[in-house]
Amino acid sequence: MQYTLLILLLPLLSFVVLGLMDTKWKARVAGSVGTLVLSVVAALSYYTAWAYFSTANVGGIYQKIVPLQTVWMQFSGQLHIDLGILLDPISVMMLVVISTVSLMVHIYSLAYMKGEKGFERYYAFLSLFTFSMLGLVVATNIFQMYIFWELVGVSSYLLIGFYYTKPEAVAASKKAFIVTRFADLGFLIGILILSFYTQTFDFGVLNSGNAGIFASASGVTFMGASVLSWAMALIFIGGAGKSAMFPLHIWLPDAMEGPTPVSALIHAATMVVAGVYLVARLFPVYVTYTPDVLHGIAYVGAFTSLFAAVIACTQTDIKRVLAFSTISQIGYMMVGLGVSGYGGHEGTGYMASMFHLFTHAMFKALLFLGAGSVIHAVHSNEMQKMGGLRKYMPVTHLVFLIGCLAIAGIFPLSGFFSKDEILAATYMYSTGLGIGMSFIAGLTAFYMFRLYFNIFWGKENSYEHSPHESPLAMTIPLVVLAFFSFFGGLIPFGKFVTSDGAAYTGETNYVLAIVSVLIGITGILLAAAMYRKKTMLPDRVSQSLGFIYQLARNKFYVDELYLFITKNVFFKGMASPVSWYDRHVVNGSVNGLAVVTQWVSVKIKGIQTGKVQQYAWVFLLGTLLMAFLILFL
Amino acid sequence: MGSILENFTSGIIPMEAYIFVSFIMFFSGIYGFLSRKSLLMVLISIELILNSADINFAVFNRYLYPEHFEGFFFAMFTIAISACETAVAIAIVINIYRNLNNVEVDSLDELKEPEASDEK
Amino acid sequence: MAEQIIFYILAAIIAVFSVMAVTSTRLIRSALYLLFVLLATAGLYLLLGYHYLFAVQTAVYAGGIMVLFIFAILLTQKPGERITPEPLKQRVLAIVLSVAGIAFCGHIVYYNFNRVYSFVKEAELPTKQLGMTLMGTEKFQYLLPFESISILLLACIVGAIMIARKR
Repeated sequence: MQYTLLILLLPLLSFVVLGLMDTKWKARVAGSVGTLVLSVVAALSYYTAWAYFSTANVGGIYQKIVPLQTVWMQFSGQLHIDLGILLDPISVMMLVVISTVSLMVHIYSLAYMKGEKGFERYYAFLSLFTFSMLGLVVATNIFQMYIFWELVGVSSYLLIGFYYTKPEAVAASKKAFIVTRFADLGFLIGILILSFYTQTFDFGVLNSGNAGIFASASGVTFMGASVLSWAMALIFIGGAGKSAMFPLHIWLPDAMEGPTPVSALIHAATMVVAGVYLVARLFPVYVTYTPDVLHGIAYVGAFTSLFAAVIACTQTDIKRVLAFSTISQIGYMMVGLGVSGYGGHEGTGYMASMFHLFTHAMFKALLFLGAGSVIHAVHSNEMQKMGGLRKYMPVTHLVFLIGCLAIAGIFPLSGFFSKDEILAATYMYSTGLGIGMSFIAGLTAFYMFRLYFNIFWGKENSYEHSPHESPLAMTIPLVVLAFFSFFGGLIPFGKFVTSDGAAYTGETNYVLAIVSVLIGITGILLAAAMYRKKTMLPDRVSQSLGFIYQLARNKFYVDELYLFITKNVFFKGMASPVSWYDRHVVNGSVNGLAVVTQWVSVKIKGIQTGKVQQYAWVFLLGTLLMAFLILFL
Repeated sequence: MGSILENFTSGIIPMEAYIFVSFIMFFSGIYGFLSRKSLLMVLISIELILNSADINFAVFNRYLYPEHFEGFFFAMFTIAISACETAVAIAIVINIYRNLNNVEVDSLDELKEPEASDEK
Repeated sequence: MAEQIIFYILAAIIAVFSVMAVTSTRLIRSALYLLFVLLATAGLYLLLGYHYLFAVQTAVYAGGIMVLFIFAILLTQKPGERITPEPLKQRVLAIVLSVAGIAFCGHIVYYNFNRVYSFVKEAELPTKQLGMTLMGTEKFQYLLPFESISILLLACIVGAIMIARKR
């Protein structure tokens, strides 16, 4: 299966070519090339998936296949960094998800980004992102993953800051980069600790279940926790940064400054689930050696999920609502992983989490692209400027409805199945957490339909020019993604992706399923009552909640807290003294050296008269003196 | 000095006599080089210095290692090199004369930083 | 004995004309004195038995280089022009340094040349042998320096023309 290398190399090639050509090619050519390459990649990914799932099953267990493995940098006998391709159920699943969503975004952007300045650059960056993300998921070792992890961060930065003339976009891109980079510091330290004790980077070795490699870490503790827990927790911090877990979530809402298709690709479907993927990748280590960390992950996920859902109920920028919804859903996935055990029935959470990742990628990409279609028509992100669009944009309306129903978890759409599995796993772990997650599911349904009704129903605005349906290049990806969102849940996911590789058929908990659907419908009805027609109800509700509403509307002031801490503590307390030291002591000493040298040179330059005979004088006198000294002393 | 006088009448020209002649020539050159202002005088002085070196080469070769030719060839090559040097130097002197209308050594200090008050 | 006399005559010529060459106030005379010194040096080579070197010295130095000097002097000096004497201080200092140098070197020679070197009077060096040595590539043979010198000469010809041509 060495052709899988092409899946990586083609987007890279596309990036290099498009990047070098830049504006030398017409926008249409650049877009077509990028899209064409991506469709080849998608086809290869589908073929890989088919080939993998039909051949790799040995004795009921999906094997890990490493078609390629090379040593990239050899530092010493043990310390070497490898590059390779690892195929196992989750990486193959991710290949399919990434290439599908990326292809859809490529096609969609042909119309959405038409006429933008820097169209070619946009496609080059999309290719770079796709390359990095694919490289991340097929990484055979944690260091390779880290490399691509950073590449993903860079391409995300480039794409968020695509409209680099807008100050908000520049600020958002910097924020995203710095916050995730900060989290990656934890990731790197975690990698170093882990590999220091296990003497390996390789996922195959780490996940082999061989307790011997962790032996040297046993009994080593640091500040009351075992060193392995520290390592895994730090690695999770890296994942939390990319996946926007509380309190590192602040960059994701701002990242919506990027073009909408980029939000769909990076900040909904692929990059933000990298953290989930990372935890899933090291799941055997987490579950076997550091279950406490895993439980922590579950609670972080649950809290983030609730937190983001509450904020999402109050936002008015439709992309921000979707962004907070994304954070909330990723929290779901984290919970799913966190409550999971290893293998069989115990491993439901793992399977459900991966399942939710898959379905979420589809319907959230759909929702973002749908929102992009709406923005394309209305030229605004604000809910107030929308309303009654269902008449003007029938296709967008229909697919958006499918997306909302899917995320709300209504039978038989895809979200129902995956979310229901997560809820089942959560109830198995703890009833309290389960009830909380069910509540969040209700909130999800509420805010999604608040969004839906505000855009497509509600009062009808008087538009300057009547909105129209988007072109085919935008609606076709929407329809394709709607198809996946609708029927995706029917895939028997347990047969393909489980924690131990063995197929597993989940038994449906009918009571739970019915209750979940009912909660979802309640949320929808509530939203319909409040937003379907223009009423005073929403204002009254927000006024009666008062303080809490204000808190949530301002995102619980987390951004302000960050600003306060960075400005007052870091900048004033640390950066200013360091800056002073640099400016006065470091610069001062170097400048002082230069000043002294200059002074001395001015003083002694009189010696250099430019008169040859004086030089000869000195030279001869010196020669005589030297000879004298040598002979007589 | 005494041995030179002693050998004055004997049949062999002592080596020191040659060396002493070359010394006189050499230090005359040094004197000219240090004291004269005309570039051409400086060149003449350099020729004297080179010539005295040639004599030394030849004398040492002849007296100490008569079976070899190193000194001989060195002297010969030095003559060739001094021919080169003189040719180029005189070309330069003529060029300078064209530009400055004199051939004084002291007027050739253009490369030196001028005594401008550009001190900060 | 004849050689003795010839040597001392030559030595006297060299000593006197060297000093006169560097002290004269007329350039053309200086050049002439230099010519005498160079010819006397050629005579010393003859005494030493280096006939070929004598020829080279006469042809290249006394012939070629002197012509260059004379041309240069004629090009840059007005007829009959005298050089204004240099400051006395400068001259005295140079004399002191030169005399000190002679004393110093004479001291070295006097106290270190205590071996008796006998000048083995041979027949003149066969020119054929010199030619073979100059053109050979063996040890103690000089083809490579010879070629280097020829390249240097070429470079000097080109360089001198380039520098001196009118722009």
